[in-house]
Amino acid sequence: MKKAPVQSRRQFLQKAALGGALAGTVSLPILANADKLEFPDDLPEWMRAPGGEFGNYGQPSKHEQNVIRWISANPAAPGNGVSWTPLHDLQGTITPNGLHYERHHNGVPQIDPEQHVLLIDGLVDSPLSFDVKSLLRYPMVSRTCFIECGGNSNSGWRSNPIQSQAGYAHGLVSNAEWTGIPLKLLLKEAGIQPAAKWVIAEGADAAALNISIPLEKLLDDALLALYQNGERLRPENGYPMRLVLPGWEGILNVKWLRQLRLTDEPIMSRDETSQYTELLPDGTARQFTFINEAKSLITSPSLGMMLPDNPGIYQISGLAWSGRGKITRVEISADGGDSWVDAELQGPILDKAFTRFSLPWHWQGEYAILQSRATDETGYVQPTRDALVENRGKHGFFHYNAIVSWEITEEGDINHVYGF
Amino acid sequence: MSTVSKVLITTLLFSLSSYSNADTDHQPLGKPAEALSHQAQWNLSIAPDGKALPKGKGFAAEGKKIFALQCAACHGPEGIGASADPLMGEVGSLTSDYPEKTVNSYWPYATTLFDYIRRSMPINAPFSLTADEVYALSAYILSQDAIIPEDFELNEKTLPRVTMPNRDGFTAFYPEK
Repeated sequence: MKKAPVQSRRQFLQKAALGGALAGTVSLPILANADKLEFPDDLPEWMRAPGGEFGNYGQPSKHEQNVIRWISANPAAPGNGVSWTPLHDLQGTITPNGLHYERHHNGVPQIDPEQHVLLIDGLVDSPLSFDVKSLLRYPMVSRTCFIECGGNSNSGWRSNPIQSQAGYAHGLVSNAEWTGIPLKLLLKEAGIQPAAKWVIAEGADAAALNISIPLEKLLDDALLALYQNGERLRPENGYPMRLVLPGWEGILNVKWLRQLRLTDEPIMSRDETSQYTELLPDGTARQFTFINEAKSLITSPSLGMMLPDNPGIYQISGLAWSGRGKITRVEISADGGDSWVDAELQGPILDKAFTRFSLPWHWQGEYAILQSRATDETGYVQPTRDALVENRGKHGFFHYNAIVSWEITEEGDINHVYGF
Repeated sequence: MSTVSKVLITTLLFSLSSYSNADTDHQPLGKPAEALSHQAQWNLSIAPDGKALPKGKGFAAEGKKIFALQCAACHGPEGIGASADPLMGEVGSLTSDYPEKTVNSYWPYATTLFDYIRRSMPINAPFSLTADEVYALSAYILSQDAIIPEDFELNEKTLPRVTMPNRDGFTAFYPEK
């Protein structure tokens, strides 16, 4: 892939100047026919008749029916797969519950909350079971954070750039306000024995998914979540209860949680050995890489859209997140990384949560490579794809967090490209 | 009020005050679950020491028949190259340009195989196989790359002693250094 032509490298993003220009162009419509009693024939029909009835549970406009999770599942086992959040169609930072990404290993269980039990056992003073009604009486806290599948963006390891919309390549990440019980309350109630170092979490789905989590994380900021964006969890997000481990990869945020067994060693389950480990070029693999490192993505303009006006003013907008804390900086480049300009970060900037960034861009028809680059509060800077591949090879599959490059052609079309 | 009721109330009040802790005031509602904790359905996870393995045994020859009926449709007749994850072959491929992470080439512990098959396979009917069938299937898969001999009896004692080819292939990134 050739680099952007020289003239586009000089094309800087003029944030301040643009803000001033826009402010001056706003004007109010003038009512030219204010003395006329008859309304024009093109008054919209929805103003001439009563609207629809109330609804018990609201749904999006029928004109937004194309804003959907994209399902990618195994045809032979349709409950084993993923569905991607359409990040390219969304704004703000909260993912609507119906669009939160899914990863299921064997379908969505339809759990009767009356029959569901959470067992805490193993290296505890007294094994305890909890029913849902009891858990709803515990003190709860709310926490907005992202959850990202360890396999998100894995197409980035391929030799050729995938031509999928932003959310359908990078949308195995979503951001919600989770409400639930701090796990430490329940663990302390059972009495943690000094030898306990790990917790084996198990789900009540048809994969009975089990995975080891360091006890330290559960005593830190983990939640037993019962609510998602204010309502009870959706079945596909773990109803009636799930783990939420802010900043740690999705597989650990066990849905349909039925058991927490405290142990001294990890269990070495399939999903912490065969999967969610990263093969390196020397044949060894990284294991227990729990934290999702800083990442960002321009969601608009992005592949599948086009720039209709040349010249035109476009609002570059996207999301940044880090499993290690707050996002402190997002930079934008329009020339494939030769020059960078700070984007504006939309507050409040929350720990281990989506941060929306934006920057107005004057496009004058030149070839451009749009990129975003996130930095988090630890000083970690999102790597280029070349640096990531240099570091980890091409067969790691998990934890791909490289800078994404959108090529803007002189016609205003958008492609996904590598090499910048 | 009867004496019994007075005792109950006194006990309850005492208990409630003792439930208060430094973090927050709440009533502990967990129910004692010692008996539950010993039930088989709450002991599915099998560590590399194999202590939680159920009694049973199986051989590769039986496992081959079960594989053809229960597994081949998704994993392929050779256990590789179909829609589901590859299971057999490709030992030694991890440093190649086309590494294959099969059970036999990649998984560090044989206990994981039993744990995973029992809890989630076959995908259309988890928990439908007996312990003997799971031992037999495990024996078949492992024998295909000569990790165990064809006539090896796999049981709760021998399975944890099987050494996988990639046993030392993993570097723990927790705790972080």
